[in-house]
Amino acid sequence: MADVCVAGLKKQYSDKVILSDFDLTVADGECFTLLGPSGCGKTVLLRLIAGFETPDAGTIAIGGVQVADAAKGTTVPPNERGLGMVFQDYAVWPHMNVLDNVSYPLKLAKVAADEMKSRAMGAVAMVGLKGLEARLPSELSGGQQQRVALARALVSEPRLLLLDEPLNNLDANLREEMRFEIKALQKELGVTVFYVTHDQEIALGISDRVAVMDGTGRLRQIGSPEEIYERPADAFVFSFLGLANFLSVTKVGDQWRVGAKGVPWSGALPDRDGEQFSAGFRPSDVIVSRQGDGLAGVVRRASFLGADMDYLIDIAGTEIRAALPSFDCLEKDLMFAEGDSCRVTLSDVHWFPVADGEGVQ
Amino acid sequence: MRSAIPAAPRVGTAQILFGLSVAILVIVVAVPVLLIFFNAFWVNGAFNIVDVVKVLSQPETYQALLNSLILASGVTVTGTIVGTFFAWLVTRTDLPFKGTMKVLFLVPFMLPSFIGALAWKMLLSPRSGYINRMFMEVFGFDGPVFDIYTYVGIILVETMYLFPFVFIQVSGALERMDPTLEESARISGADLFTITRKITIPLVMPSILSGSLLIMLYSMAHFGTVAVLGIEVGIYNIPTLIYEKIHQSAGSFASIRTGTVLASVLVVTAAFILWLQNRVLSRGRYQIIAGKSFRPTQLKLRGLRIPMLVFCIAYIGFTIVLPTVTIFMVGALKTYGLPFTAENMTLFNYKFILFDWQLTRDAIWNSISLGFVAAAITMFAGVIISYVIVKMKVRGKGILEFLGMLPFSVPGSVIALGVILAWSGKFGINIYNTVWIILVAYIARYMAFSLKANSAALEQVHDSLVEAARASGATMWQALRDIVVPLVRPGMLAAFFLIFLPALRELTVSVLLYGPTTRTIGVAIYTLNEDGETVYSAALAGIALIIIVFGESVIKRLFKIRYK
Repeated sequence: MADVCVAGLKKQYSDKVILSDFDLTVADGECFTLLGPSGCGKTVLLRLIAGFETPDAGTIAIGGVQVADAAKGTTVPPNERGLGMVFQDYAVWPHMNVLDNVSYPLKLAKVAADEMKSRAMGAVAMVGLKGLEARLPSELSGGQQQRVALARALVSEPRLLLLDEPLNNLDANLREEMRFEIKALQKELGVTVFYVTHDQEIALGISDRVAVMDGTGRLRQIGSPEEIYERPADAFVFSFLGLANFLSVTKVGDQWRVGAKGVPWSGALPDRDGEQFSAGFRPSDVIVSRQGDGLAGVVRRASFLGADMDYLIDIAGTEIRAALPSFDCLEKDLMFAEGDSCRVTLSDVHWFPVADGEGVQ
Repeated sequence: MRSAIPAAPRVGTAQILFGLSVAILVIVVAVPVLLIFFNAFWVNGAFNIVDVVKVLSQPETYQALLNSLILASGVTVTGTIVGTFFAWLVTRTDLPFKGTMKVLFLVPFMLPSFIGALAWKMLLSPRSGYINRMFMEVFGFDGPVFDIYTYVGIILVETMYLFPFVFIQVSGALERMDPTLEESARISGADLFTITRKITIPLVMPSILSGSLLIMLYSMAHFGTVAVLGIEVGIYNIPTLIYEKIHQSAGSFASIRTGTVLASVLVVTAAFILWLQNRVLSRGRYQIIAGKSFRPTQLKLRGLRIPMLVFCIAYIGFTIVLPTVTIFMVGALKTYGLPFTAENMTLFNYKFILFDWQLTRDAIWNSISLGFVAAAITMFAGVIISYVIVKMKVRGKGILEFLGMLPFSVPGSVIALGVILAWSGKFGINIYNTVWIILVAYIARYMAFSLKANSAALEQVHDSLVEAARASGATMWQALRDIVVPLVRPGMLAAFFLIFLPALRELTVSVLLYGPTTRTIGVAIYTLNEDGETVYSAALAGIALIIIVFGESVIKRLFKIRYK
């Protein structure tokens, strides 16, 4: 088990800077997820940690041992970093059967034949592939191949397990199932996990801590899943973790008003000083009623999605999405038609600096 | 940090591989070719174009250039017509036994054309050719019916062996073409003739052109047929004139210069043809020619079905069976020129050249061992170089790609000449007249084959497979050994045989490089024929044919089993 410490890291390909002045620490035994949009440099960071790329500046240490130091020009090759790694495309060797695939790291480590066999069999059983040891990868499904890859990455009891979008190529059900299994294995083995993904559900579901990265390779927030979901540092994090609405709220005189038309704001007020804010909220935080208090709005689109009703509501020229349980809507006469006017109140609002945008994101 | 000097540089496997690849290619490929240009254009330490023009305007060289052009053009036209016609016949009509016919039309590819030329010389040389004599003696003709020692004769013989270039390309394109394209034209009201003219032919045109450019490339640089059928009556093309210059004048400066100038012309022409072919292919890569095999509509030949079948069989009989049988029959004659009757035939010649005669035994041994060693070395070097080209991120690997593909545009006679310039003592190593110089030349000649086969195989090996091995604790070498090599083994094997089999029958390169004890099979057949030992030449050719056909079928079986 080992911690990972990345400091002052820089990586560029010709003129394109992918990462610069990047710092990150992953604690020993932690399940850490790097969450970001595709092309943000998260895979590059993972490959730097693995040793497939060398940094242009900065240092990387695993378990207190420096594995890359750009200033000194030293780098430890991937095979000496004591890693397990699972790739997006499984990377199961097609010419070896399941057992040979899983035994290979032990063979390289010159583990005695008996021990090698029992450990490899143990790893195969751990990922639920008992009985398929003699199969070739071409005779396995995608999910089974990914289990082989996982067993292979864990068999040598690595200090650090690197996962590069390992569940991307699996279908939705399998993805969910594997997600829980990875988490369970991580808990059981206590290995440090560094997981890279753009799927916020996986990130929230398995991590001890999540780091959110933006499209330019900067870290926006690091925290527990609850923290980043409940207390997003900025509008980017907020919108990256789920469907988000934004309304621009401005102080005019003593009054807070919404949008360009200046409809009076009702509800909670900003929790800090300032004249102008962007109010962020989830569709599920929108409470809609026919009359009473709240912002005046007009329903532009109503869609029945089964469990939920999905409304697109125009408030002072800005469109927002609202999700209401269908059952409640029927019960309380809240089945709006297009063109109906309504009142909107918000149960939970996050206040962001105004530059962060407006509308649905 | 680019400027930082590594304090403790880890052994740079990448750098080692890169350096090794560059070294192999520079020494084996680049140096000989550069020496040719250098010798052609540098006189007394100065660039000299006037002298080049002088050499080119000598009647002898001028005529050879013209002949190369005439012969290559003729072969290209006839080969394209023959290849396209048969390709259409076996893919788009209801000709009986199409599958068998398709295989048979590819047979000329594995037969060495100079052996074919030899057979046609025995059949159609103006005075002693068996067919001509038959017409004169039996039917009372005044002169020969056909003289093979002519431009037309050479063009026809070359056509027989080179038309498969077009045949393969065109039949492939016709098979893969989406039939709905033609069907939709048909629905729009076009008749079959219009469809063929407006849809089918334009769609396969790139394939036809690319095939015919390949014919042109090979014919331009072709040595064997012209050497057997042309030299006797003074028809020289570029490669045969290079051979004549180097061989007869024992390496005098003037003859080497003429040789290098001719070689330069050949290289430039070949490069131009290849460039043109590349352009045709990249422009003509229509989306509509899908990778999948469709079932195209077939033209009903009706009354022509049987006549067409007879025609195909006659063509195959005349161009493949007849020459082959002739070789074996002549090889069994007691003396050349005797009629083929039982009392004139013997197996003694075959026994003699296989077991008793040092010269032919050496030749067979030389060809097999040279082919084997060249194929093995080239295969391994090819894997390493392709690995660097396909998989590694090293600066300057474009040079490798260029160097590796260079031999494709460098004909055999040019490689041989370059190797002579490089390895006959000028740079401290003299291996002229030894078997090693032939080996070096073979490696240079066949490197491109190996690179192609190995690159194709390596493209299939995804990077993450190697990275997974590295992450599992494998060093670069272990990952290569355990993951890459097993996965590209079929490609390596293909490369090996792609080199071994052609090397067995090689003539163009070895004929310029052979010494007293380093004849190859091709050289032995050729020189025996030159020396008038026609029956021994034919017998050895027969044995060569057996070895080649045996080798080809073993490989076919091997690969069929692998890919089942």
